[in-house]
This record gives sequence, C-alpha cells and structure tokens, in this order.
Amino acid sequence: MTHLPYIVAAYALALGASAVLGIGAVIRLRRARQALALVGRSFPEGRPS
Amino acid sequence: MRQAKGFREAHFAVCPLVTSNVRSAAEGAGARIIVTLPATSRIPPQTARPSRPGFMNRFANPGQFMRLSSVLLPWLSGAAVLTLTVGIIWGLFYAPADWQQGDTVRIMYVHVPMAWLASLGYFSLAVCGALSLIWRHPLADLAALEIGPVGAVATFICLATGSLWGEPMWGTWWVWDARLTSVLVLFFLYLGHIALIRAFDEPARGYRAAAILAIAGAVDLPIIKFSVQWWNTLHQPDSITLTGAPTMSMTMLAPLFICMAGFSLGFAAVVMARLRAALMETRARQLLSRRHADREAA
Repeated sequence: MTHLPYIVAAYALALGASAVLGIGAVIRLRRARQALALVGRSFPEGRPS
Repeated sequence: MRQAKGFREAHFAVCPLVTSNVRSAAEGAGARIIVTLPATSRIPPQTARPSRPGFMNRFANPGQFMRLSSVLLPWLSGAAVLTLTVGIIWGLFYAPADWQQGDTVRIMYVHVPMAWLASLGYFSLAVCGALSLIWRHPLADLAALEIGPVGAVATFICLATGSLWGEPMWGTWWVWDARLTSVLVLFFLYLGHIALIRAFDEPARGYRAAAILAIAGAVDLPIIKFSVQWWNTLHQPDSITLTGAPTMSMTMLAPLFICMAGFSLGFAAVVMARLRAALMETRARQLLSRRHADREAA
C-alpha cells in the first residue's frame, strides 16, 4: 500500500475519536442514571418516569 | 381603505382578519405599512418569550424524548456499529484503489463522512437556535449544548484527515484554499458556540446568545458547499451532487455511502445519549435543590 502511514493515521484518528465520544457518552449516561437513582431513593416522589 | 389610498403611510393595529383587505388595498396603492401594537397587547419583558404549547412542545417535550430515546438508542447504536464495520472493511480492503491516487483515496471513507457531519451538525445547531428563539422549545437549548462538542470533534477530524490526505497528494499539509479555510471558520464557529453557551452565570442568556451565533454562523454552510465552484481552489470539486451524476465509480460510491450512514447513525446515537444524560443530570440537580429548599424551610 502506498502512503500507508497517512491512511493508518487518518483511520486511527477518526475511529479513535468516535470511540472516545461513544464510550464517553455511555459512561456519562451511566453516571447520570446512578446519580438520579441515588437522589431518587432519598426523594422518592420526585423520580422521573 | 379610501383614507389609506390617499396617504403615503397607513397605520394599522395588529388584527389580521379585519385589516387584511385594507392592508392589501393600501399596499396596492403604494402606501408604506406601519404596524402598531395596541397598548393592551404589548407583552411585558418578563413574559416576552413565553413557551408556546403546540406541536413542538407536545411531541418533543423532555418526558416524550426520554421515553422515545430509551427505545431508539440501543437500535441506533447497534445500527451504527454494524454499518460502520461493514463500511470501513469494504472501504479499506475491498473498494478499488484510485488510478491516480492509489490507496490514499481510502482516506475518503472517513474524511467525507466527517465533512458531511461537520456541516450537518452545525445545521442542527442553527435549527436548535431557531427552535429556541422562536418556539422556546424546551429541548432545543440542551440539544445545542450537547451537539456543539460532537460537531466540533467531527470538524476537527475532517480537517486533520484532510491534511493527512493533502500531504501525500498536494505535497502540503495545509493551504489557504477557500474550501479548507471555510471549514476552519466552521471549526472556530463551533468553538465560539461551545464557549458562548457556557459563558454566562444565567444559562438562559448563554442559550440565547449561542442560538443567535448558530443562526448567524449558518451563512458559512453554503460558502463551504459552493466554495469549490465560486473560487478556483486546490480542493477538488464535489464528486456527488443533487442534480448531476456522481463522478466516481459505484464500487467506491457504495462503501462511501455506507460509511456516511454509519457515522451519521453514530453521531445521532452519541448526541441522543449525551442529551439523555444531560436531562438526567438536570433532573437530579432539581431534586437536590428541592431537598435543600425543603430542609431550609423545615
């Protein structure tokens, strides 16, 4: 393959950044769910649907 | 109406049903229309932009969004991973090399989807800005807050992969070409939006300022699109247009469309997940502040 380092760098950057965004969103979603559950347990009437 | 014909200016109170005929007659006579609000209809500053119940708020309120996204998110994420896997493998290993560029053309399968997402993301920001300013949509501000960073990352990857493609093909990492420069401006618009929406202690002011920036900045989108036609640029013209036949082979076009679909689904899934998380964080903060208020009252 010609110019292989450029191709590898482009794919690594695009897929790596996409993975970071995706994993970051999953972690944030999990933390938010846990925080809401924690607050909801001590404030049961305010729990969202 | 007869009086209006005789004057160069016609003053009307806002009452469309009564004055529409009069107004059209006055316009026909070449009179300048000046609309004045009756004193009773003037809106006090505090309630100048009330939330309007209607289609937008009925079908896209936070509760509806949470219910809908809990069903959609796993499907969107699964479809994104599946589509991207197929598209990337096809583009890297099965699509033919270009007769001029060789295998370097494979950078196209990540560069073009990122360019598409950069523009689509900013268009979404502008739509959110309009929804926020006009309809006071409860989700639009939060969506703009979450779309901004994802769109900025897509724009950065578009610029970086473009540089990685440009160096072996053009012999330079960067050139102040109209297409490249207008995409760089888009990246700065994203950064400005991200900074502005978080810049105020009162979030509503930040949302409003960022909405105005998003709408004003949307003028860059047609400049990006038509830059390769309006100016003589180093960047190649569009290979895919709405009106003409594509200038590339179907064996390259198919994996490109699959990669574009995969990255778009991934973009939607990430934004949806971030928006769900933001709504939950907001809800948790509200519950905590209510608990503190109750304790203080007790």
